Amino acid sequence: MIKEALNTVSDLWSLMVGLRVTKKYFLDPQVTVRYPWKAVSNIASYKGHLELVSAKAPGKPKCISCGMCALACPSNCLTVVKRKVPKPTPEQAQAEAEAKAKGEKPKDKTPKDPEQFLYDYTLCSLCGTCMENCPVGALAFTGSTYLAGYSREDFHFDLVQVLKNQAGLEGVDASVAPETAESEA
Amino acid sequence: MTTYQNNDHLAGDFYTQNFAKTAGEGNLILNLGPQHPSTHGVLRVVVELDGEYIMRAEPILGYLHRMHEKMAEVKTAAQFIPNMGRVDYGHALGWNWAFVGAAEKLGGIEVPERAEYIRVITCELNRIASHLLWWGAYLLDLGAFTPIMYAFDDREKVLDILQIPTGSRLTYSYYRIGGVAQDLNADCIRRIQEFIPWFRSRLPMYKDLVSDNIILRKRIEGIGAIEQDTCRRYGATGPVARGSGINYDVRRAQPYSVYPKLDFVVPTSDLKDARGRYDVRMIEMEQSLRIIEQALDMMPEGEVLVKGAPKPSWKVPAGETYFAVEGARGKIGAYVVSDGGKNIYRTKLRAPGFCNLSLFAEVSQGTILADAVAILGSLDLIIPEIDR
Repeated sequence: MIKEALNTVSDLWSLMVGLRVTKKYFLDPQVTVRYPWKAVSNIASYKGHLELVSAKAPGKPKCISCGMCALACPSNCLTVVKRKVPKPTPEQAQAEAEAKAKGEKPKDKTPKDPEQFLYDYTLCSLCGTCMENCPVGALAFTGSTYLAGYSREDFHFDLVQVLKNQAGLEGVDASVAPETAESEA
Repeated sequence: MTTYQNNDHLAGDFYTQNFAKTAGEGNLILNLGPQHPSTHGVLRVVVELDGEYIMRAEPILGYLHRMHEKMAEVKTAAQFIPNMGRVDYGHALGWNWAFVGAAEKLGGIEVPERAEYIRVITCELNRIASHLLWWGAYLLDLGAFTPIMYAFDDREKVLDILQIPTGSRLTYSYYRIGGVAQDLNADCIRRIQEFIPWFRSRLPMYKDLVSDNIILRKRIEGIGAIEQDTCRRYGATGPVARGSGINYDVRRAQPYSVYPKLDFVVPTSDLKDARGRYDVRMIEMEQSLRIIEQALDMMPEGEVLVKGAPKPSWKVPAGETYFAVEGARGKIGAYVVSDGGKNIYRTKLRAPGFCNLSLFAEVSQGTILADAVAILGSLDLIIPEIDR
């Protein structure tokens, strides 16, 4: 009988102990952040979508269009469109023909930077395999946490354009139009 | 005038109809829990009720089957690592480790010692985060709302720490074949060192707030007793087996990495009920802190990724192997068979949640419906992991 009563008291006491914790934290300063008015402090180390690293010249990517990233990607979200060989002017063609006649090897004049670097963020799992496999370190994660869009196509990027926009070279829309994305990918 | 009314939707689907065939007369067939693709991690259990007592229960799986094992067959070993973070969102690094460990074992790759310690630290931090998620969600299931707020306060701190080296907060793909992707920087180590005493000071608060609370104790004490024999028959591992008094922890039973060098206790409980499993997890969090503390002290300087680490095009040498790690829910195993080709020939993933859930049908028999929820929660199920 006495034991039962003591049990009841200790049971009730456990509730009081819990309430004491509640009271303590009720009076403590707030730990949450009123988000839209105040930014959270922990997003610096977050790794968002991919971006191209620019070479010395602003707006020109370091990328050499080797395609290792596209090969390594587990979800096939990268497509590197290489530049075509520029058509030689008559003088250049002549010089080349002369060089060939002398037995010299013609120099490869194809620009190395990609024409387009298509990136489908909807497929990307942010594993970083592409970055690790880039021989020149031309890819990096952005810290962008606030990326949002109205349609699927908003997440199809041409990273070359994005880089140019960042450098302020061209005011072209960064996202690739849906029909180009379909025909190139 | 007669109107045609289609009552097909009331008859239930295949599973319900099949289940109802053997139902006793006058018993109610009830579908517990929703299933919908947009609500991740929900479980459907069909139960046969006599009044409030469960006569029979059958978990229905497969709604979150994502073909991870099949996907392993069409990717190279290194390309499969991001998948492993998505098998179990609770303890993603444990799954990372199981697969990476199997590939390393088959390829005969030595992992640098610093990488091993980093793996131990991050894996244990992830275990704490997983147990905190379980703790909050379990109490939410039992009707207590505020504990999850306290749990997420601490869990946020762990996620902030893990975000520094991994770059993400939930589905990590951080381990690489032959090491880890990135070293822990000074900021990260400082945060871990600050976190350990902080979390130690929080654990007594958890005890005061919830563990000793009479309402919780009445809810979970003596509920869902699982005999050791049942655990063995179903292959239950992790806190479910340890809560029944089976001293089995992969970190001790099949030591891997640097765990033999670390001093920690494998907690077990003889209570066998939901309370036992609860206690085991609470002590495990303390032990994880101890492991992290030691690992931080013992961590040597050096490389974090072995030189000449496998590229994505790396072919796993022919052969077969099994590698198991201790996850937050139990033994995570990866069985890898390679024929030396570009892709792995076959990968079998052993999910602890599947075995732990299998128990439920037997254990819940004869209990009240409300207790069944307490039992189900105490098993710490992550549904994507069960279906894989």
